[in-house]
Amino acid sequence: MLLRHTTAETIVEREALTINPAKTCQPIGAMYAALGIHKCLPHSHGSQGCCSYHRSMLTRHFKEPVMAATSAFTEGASVFGGQANLVEALGNIFSIYNPDIVAIHTTCLSETIGDDCGQIASKALESGKIPAGKVVINTSTPSYVGSHITGFSNMVKSMVTSLSESTKPGKDNVVNIIPGFVDPSDMEEIKRLAGELGVKTILFPDTSNVVNGPMTGKFHMYPAGGTTIEELRATGDSKATLALGPSASGAAAKALDTKCKVPCQELELPIGLQATDRFVDALRKVAGVTVPESINRERGQLLDMMTDMHQYTYGRKVAIAGDPDHLVSLVEFLVSLDMKPIHIVTGTPGKKIAPRFKASLEKMGRPGNLKAPGDLFHLHQWIKQEPVDLILGNTHCKYIARDEDTPLVRVGFPIIDRVGHQYMPTLGYRGAIRLLEKILSALMDRQDRDAPEESFELVM
Amino acid sequence: MPSKLTPEELKQELLKAYPAKVARKREKQIIINKHKDPSANGLPTTNEVLANARTIPGILSMRGCAYAGCKGVVLGPTRDILHIVHGPIGCSYYAWLTRRNQTRPVSDEDPNFMTYCFSTDMQEEDIIYGGEKKLKKAIDEAIAIFKPKALDIFSTCPVGLIGDDVHAVAREMEAKYPDVNIFGFSCEGYKGVSQSAGHHIANNKVFTDVLGLGDLKKPGKYRVNLLGEYNIGGDAFELERVFEKCGITLQATFSGNSTYEEFTSAHNVDLNLVMCHRSINYMADMMETKYGIPWFKVNFIGAESSAKSLRKIGQYYGDQELIDRIEAVIAEEMPAIEAARATHRPSLEGKTAVLFVGGSRAHHYQDLFHELGMETISAGYEFAHRDDYEGRHVLSSIKVDADSRNIEEIEVHPDAELYKERVTPERKAELLAMGIEMNGYEGMMPEMKEGALIIDDLNHHEAEVLIEKVKPAIFGAGVKEKYVIQKSGVPLKQLHSYDYSGPYAGFKGAINFYAEIDRLVNASCWGLVKAPWQSSPELSASYAYVG
Repeated sequence: MLLRHTTAETIVEREALTINPAKTCQPIGAMYAALGIHKCLPHSHGSQGCCSYHRSMLTRHFKEPVMAATSAFTEGASVFGGQANLVEALGNIFSIYNPDIVAIHTTCLSETIGDDCGQIASKALESGKIPAGKVVINTSTPSYVGSHITGFSNMVKSMVTSLSESTKPGKDNVVNIIPGFVDPSDMEEIKRLAGELGVKTILFPDTSNVVNGPMTGKFHMYPAGGTTIEELRATGDSKATLALGPSASGAAAKALDTKCKVPCQELELPIGLQATDRFVDALRKVAGVTVPESINRERGQLLDMMTDMHQYTYGRKVAIAGDPDHLVSLVEFLVSLDMKPIHIVTGTPGKKIAPRFKASLEKMGRPGNLKAPGDLFHLHQWIKQEPVDLILGNTHCKYIARDEDTPLVRVGFPIIDRVGHQYMPTLGYRGAIRLLEKILSALMDRQDRDAPEESFELVM
Repeated sequence: MPSKLTPEELKQELLKAYPAKVARKREKQIIINKHKDPSANGLPTTNEVLANARTIPGILSMRGCAYAGCKGVVLGPTRDILHIVHGPIGCSYYAWLTRRNQTRPVSDEDPNFMTYCFSTDMQEEDIIYGGEKKLKKAIDEAIAIFKPKALDIFSTCPVGLIGDDVHAVAREMEAKYPDVNIFGFSCEGYKGVSQSAGHHIANNKVFTDVLGLGDLKKPGKYRVNLLGEYNIGGDAFELERVFEKCGITLQATFSGNSTYEEFTSAHNVDLNLVMCHRSINYMADMMETKYGIPWFKVNFIGAESSAKSLRKIGQYYGDQELIDRIEAVIAEEMPAIEAARATHRPSLEGKTAVLFVGGSRAHHYQDLFHELGMETISAGYEFAHRDDYEGRHVLSSIKVDADSRNIEEIEVHPDAELYKERVTPERKAELLAMGIEMNGYEGMMPEMKEGALIIDDLNHHEAEVLIEKVKPAIFGAGVKEKYVIQKSGVPLKQLHSYDYSGPYAGFKGAINFYAEIDRLVNASCWGLVKAPWQSSPELSASYAYVG
């Protein structure tokens, strides 16, 4: 057994020890968000270990280069402050790597000692380390608060507070969309859907064509993708903002409303039929457009697949772990397939999360276990107490899946042992079709493996 | 295809983009290999390289931190010590199964904590009010659930800053749980300048708090420890196989496929074999001082190197029975090696490699490439020290700079009861005459060709220039570099994770490696970069409609 010490019995109620977390720390989320700005170099203001770890984990997830710089704190800087390190770093970054923008985030180190990166960046500007026309933004991402989702949220909010501008009395016929902590393929899918609707949008951040770029025989330090600085500035002139996923995108959307009077709506991440419906409907209304037949067709294809294959999903128990915005929509989708997501865990803390599950869990018709913040050790104990037919989660769940001989569908972050997520979405109707295909394949492969020979089916 | 530039021109290419201050420093870290007169006894035989110096902020270094060196590297591979990371969640999360230290518990009942990730997951209130209380509670919970024999605590960046005393907590909790050996590491990420500080911190604590507590003596006539072998991709399993075949007893490995008990009894050996010099030489030296156990350097990367290292062990014992058995094992293993080489060498011969890996593999893997007829034209380490580059004879001339001064050097004395001289000075001289230098390591540079470019703490800019100007057949480095380099059409072999294959050590490892490099360098996809319409964009003919 891979997790041989995990038992069904709760030996002690844990208050202090986290075992097999269902989250990681803030800066990786901020780094990911910053990669969604065109010609941006993310910068980690801390000791260099964090930066290496974050780059490595993102690289493993996307199988792509992930560039970022670090202040490389030493013990001296950790005691006396990291100002000299950051000023020196900015000078070196602009002269050697020439980004248009540097997006600084912090770590538990620089947050604990209280470095003020905004002030240090001003010092760097005064001392000529930041060339004319270049931009530096910063955000605070203390690792001891929240999770990687919080870090993403903080960096996106800083894009707004540092860059968004309201330049005129009226607003442009443009809708901002903040996609949340999702894969580049999902961001592309959101843009495609908006395009089908004929809505002009600014999507930010946008990592498509940054961390799912082509192999051309030439490395590009700053790939073609990413929201441009001009677009980020122009978000203040848009007529509305849709924030997909309150945990990851809500703060930035509200800040934009406050700063530039761009009204915002928070929506659940458009995963599954109903959440996608709400997104399309919101976008239609806010942009004043009609939903084209092409989208009705996609929706109908998804529904067709749900009805066609309902016998394989009906009543199946599921355990699910992941980030809060993903979980809320995924659980709703599972319940719409008449599946039973009975064990749910997220590592990201937040008091607001539980009520967001309420409607789905009521519809499920039986109680479920929900823990936020919880960890994968806890999830595994629940699975041992009441086994499930399917696990939905990131790569770390494969240890539970193997021990319990339960099929696993990989969703969320990080997926470091399979590919596809960087190219194929799980958002939107098409994403839901892909997700449902993956769920069905996992369940039907299992049926094929386990069926007695006499009831082994040719047609399913 | 080697560069048309001279080494000096290439060096200038690497430096020319830098601001003056950066260039001045990098100039000392980028060295053109030059051999000096080896008869100059005790003097450096190569140029001097600036190593183990602080990372230049903003340069895009490959380096990690002291916590990674301590927890991730040295202690991580031990399956039955329960490792609690005291800090916010990230440090523990990123070191969770991402280094491929394989382990194989003897039975289904034996403890194995390696698939678990333990953290105190510090929150804001722990930073403000201190995290010791939570740490103690976490230890209570860990012991209640997992019942470990030993438990250790790893400090992360904020722990040192807020003044949590993990050592005091360890002492207090050990008093509460006398059956559990509890100890802490002050391996905050900002200590030193790289992972290297963490190695040293790990060595010190394992030496003072674990080693010598046990009295296990595995049966056998020739009992050795293997130091600095972490069983990536099963390397240590292959070496265990070879040692057993040779009749050599592997008492403890630090720390691939290891147990706590093996650590406690590692003093019951005749000889320490040092694989990764950088990470474990401290332990080797301290064990010699305290217990009288001598050590020498071995390299089990490469079939020839493996054979050579085995023969050294035979010569050390000077026992004909052992020597004969080692020769028989080598003779038995070699035909398969030669057959594999005959298969793969023709499609690799004459090609070039550049290697930038942690603190030891950039040297070791040159032997494997050499066996394939490939030359390493540039190499360097993330965090090695001058002795790893130039050889241990430069140790006395290394000055510890301000950034590393706070890494503790512990004072070690011969143990009143357990010290036993294993080799007399006379025997040491005899061994030296046979080419076996006890406590010696000649370093990477003397084994590399004149004119090879040695680059310490390689950064992204320099990697890009190397690719453009040198275009090696293969680049050996890590996961952060992998896709950067491959986008340029140059295959990259991960020499940390082995790209999720292995083993590469020992005899079977060499065979795996030959096949893997052949596969990677000669993969069909590298020839498919250009679409047909990109190679000849102009139309040479067009169809016309003729009704």
